[in-house]
Amino acid sequence: MLSFIVRRVAVAIPTLLVLLIISFWLMQTAPGGPFNSERPLPAQVLANIEAKYGLDQPMWKQLVDYLKGIITQFDFGPSYKYKDRTVNDIIAQGFPVTLKYGVISFVLAIVVGGALGIAAAIRQNSWLDYFAVGITIGAQVLPNFVMAPILILVFTLWLGWLPGGGWNGGQWDHVIMPVIALSTSYMASIARLTRSSMLEVLRSNFIRTARAKGLPDRVIIWRHALKPTILPVVSYLGPAFVGMVTGSFIIDSIFSTGGVGYFYVNAAFNRDYAVMMGLTFLLGSMTILFNMVVDILYAWIDPKIRL
Amino acid sequence: MNVSTKSILMASALAFASPALAAAPEGVALADDQTFTYRVLDEHSSVDPQIVEDVSGSEIVRDLFEGLYNQDADGNLVPGVALSHSVSDDRLTYTFTLRPEAKWSDGNPVTAHDFVYGWQRLADPENASPYQWYVEVMGLANAGPVMAGEAPLEDLGVKAIDDHTLEVTLASPMAYFPLTTTHASTFPSPKWVIDEHGADWIKPENIVSNGAYVLTEHVPQERSVRERNEMYWDNENTVIDRVEALVINDENVALTRFLAGELDRTEVPAGQYPALKEEYPDTALSFPRLCNYYFNFNLSEDGPESTKDVRVRQALSYAIDRDIIVENVLQGGQFPAYTFTPAATAGFEQPETEYSTWTQEERNAKAKELLAEAGYGPDNPLSFSYLYNTDEAHRKVAIAVSQMWKQTLGVDVTLENQEWQTFLETRGNHDFEIARGAWCGDYNEASTFLDLVQTNSGYNDADYSNAEVDELLAEAKSMEDPQANYTRVEEIIAEEMPIIPIYHYAGVYMMSPEISGSWPVQNVEQNWYSKDLYKVAQ
Repeated sequence: MLSFIVRRVAVAIPTLLVLLIISFWLMQTAPGGPFNSERPLPAQVLANIEAKYGLDQPMWKQLVDYLKGIITQFDFGPSYKYKDRTVNDIIAQGFPVTLKYGVISFVLAIVVGGALGIAAAIRQNSWLDYFAVGITIGAQVLPNFVMAPILILVFTLWLGWLPGGGWNGGQWDHVIMPVIALSTSYMASIARLTRSSMLEVLRSNFIRTARAKGLPDRVIIWRHALKPTILPVVSYLGPAFVGMVTGSFIIDSIFSTGGVGYFYVNAAFNRDYAVMMGLTFLLGSMTILFNMVVDILYAWIDPKIRL
Repeated sequence: MNVSTKSILMASALAFASPALAAAPEGVALADDQTFTYRVLDEHSSVDPQIVEDVSGSEIVRDLFEGLYNQDADGNLVPGVALSHSVSDDRLTYTFTLRPEAKWSDGNPVTAHDFVYGWQRLADPENASPYQWYVEVMGLANAGPVMAGEAPLEDLGVKAIDDHTLEVTLASPMAYFPLTTTHASTFPSPKWVIDEHGADWIKPENIVSNGAYVLTEHVPQERSVRERNEMYWDNENTVIDRVEALVINDENVALTRFLAGELDRTEVPAGQYPALKEEYPDTALSFPRLCNYYFNFNLSEDGPESTKDVRVRQALSYAIDRDIIVENVLQGGQFPAYTFTPAATAGFEQPETEYSTWTQEERNAKAKELLAEAGYGPDNPLSFSYLYNTDEAHRKVAIAVSQMWKQTLGVDVTLENQEWQTFLETRGNHDFEIARGAWCGDYNEASTFLDLVQTNSGYNDADYSNAEVDELLAEAKSMEDPQANYTRVEEIIAEEMPIIPIYHYAGVYMMSPEISGSWPVQNVEQNWYSKDLYKVAQ
């Protein structure tokens, strides 16, 4: 197992490097630049600004300087758009926000989604099953950019129970709506995955054997069926977790939470190169890390895949 | 130094204006909670006066810092840190007398040296301000060489005679120079704080400012908070205690939150004004703004041959029914435009261009005639593409106009939209046939618009060049009353139609009746100061 982890880490570093280089190149070749505006800057002013940020250097030099900054000082550079902040500031401020609502959404999605899926599978074709399937389909077809404004309309304007946005240091009343809006579609996916996987397991030979032995349903489900059921779910959870904790453009922009999800998409529109690169690095390394965690979990759950 | 009569008049007018600064009129019952909360579309770029470049950042900077002059509710100059100024006979030297009681929030006096430092900082190539070019707009002596780093900062046309006397030297006479001193980038900066904290000086824990408010909290992409500056010279007459700017990207969500009582002010989403006005007549407001919306032809070498024919350009302009655009498409109280400069511009008498006096039927008939004369018709249909940046309102205007062109003239228009940065690059490279354009005035004087059609203007996207226009505009700079020149330039624009004026902007807001009574709706630049606002009890 240890050698497996070492091997994965060894592959992760060049993967990250390639990711950074490709993103850097893609970004630089996109038309426009961070300092374009409705009113083009006079050449002299633009030259001064580009010199300040080192953008007057050839591309390879910019890339080398950029990577050197990351490796030696863990410095991801300045934001060109938000001039009073560095990329490190933006991550330090925005990542804890998305981490908080992301982890809560993740836990909620697993608990509720998993429970719904299992319940639906055990009572297949009962009212409970129809109810669960109905809910999950509903949750999946209602995108969060539709759901979020509806939540605000209902809970802020009509009922007056919750503030319509902001983060306020992560107070619970500011967290509820972002969590609901973010977790529902994941919850639905988990419920459907769990349901179909459980149904398949329940029809397999070893469960029939267990039933033939006269084991009670409770034991069959919890001891025998659950582990193989969650296998396909686990492979979905890795990317889902990264997706949730790195935030969502929709959630951050509709609820004004200040999370990194908004900065990421906005940085692309603004051609805020360093912010984009920094967040790509964050997202990329988290994706690699959690794919690795999923692989390890896999091996632990299913000895057949032990590596 | 000889002081011209005009400047004495100006100085006395300013002196008279000052008692009016007391925010709330007597007898008004004020609300207990004087917190003003408003929505901003996006996070501000900075609150450093010499770095800030966006509208929402400038709004905050105008509260945190105070320049030589402020604007009153009508947009007229009123004393800020400067009490008055005098002008030399050659109209090149302006001497400002500064208010001795003005203080920074750390208790230090505000001196002429702080202005010199701020202005030099603006021009300093090392500081790389995106508004560095503003020192040229102000017409300061030696601005060019200082900006290029070829002359020392001390050569810039600004110096402190003593702590409370600031002397400004211009490169050439410019009647509207005092108007430029309300711009955020001309505000003073505290050298001792910047020296100590570097780029972090504008963080709430470090910042020292001289305006009516201090920055007390800033959570990027969520909110920023400013509170009363106890050291401000007019703190006694300031009513609003706390101002919160909440970042809400989605205008519909902002509207919901406004209706839930979380905000005192937000923008009205496009097309919703008539319905909101009917439901909330005291809350939905529309008033003129200093901005225009127009189409650029491409007259450069890369442009299509067809629109280089003035008859084609006129035909396309005449065939647009601007009343439909403002009344049926935008529906926010905007104004149909037949001149480039908005009528709301101070001191600008909007000339009546010939085609503005015709009915739309007459314009359409004339348009058909001109296009046929130019050789386009059913056998030889005119076609081109129209480029705009991705946005719902721009799309609606584009569709409406292309329909008008199609129906009236049989012209085929391909609509092409691009994401903002790509659009800017494409338009800047003259890689378009017709492209959207819009401009908001930097200061309230017609040249801020008309300079765009000057041959060497960096923003002349149409690549239009007319020697007479250049001459008229150059001459206007130093004229006491340039209206005749401006009228002539507008006439030339109407004759040659290098751009098609479409409409002039309106500010369309939902504003709580508590605050709207003190809102400067007459100030077309919308340079508002929280210190002049107050909330009335409801």
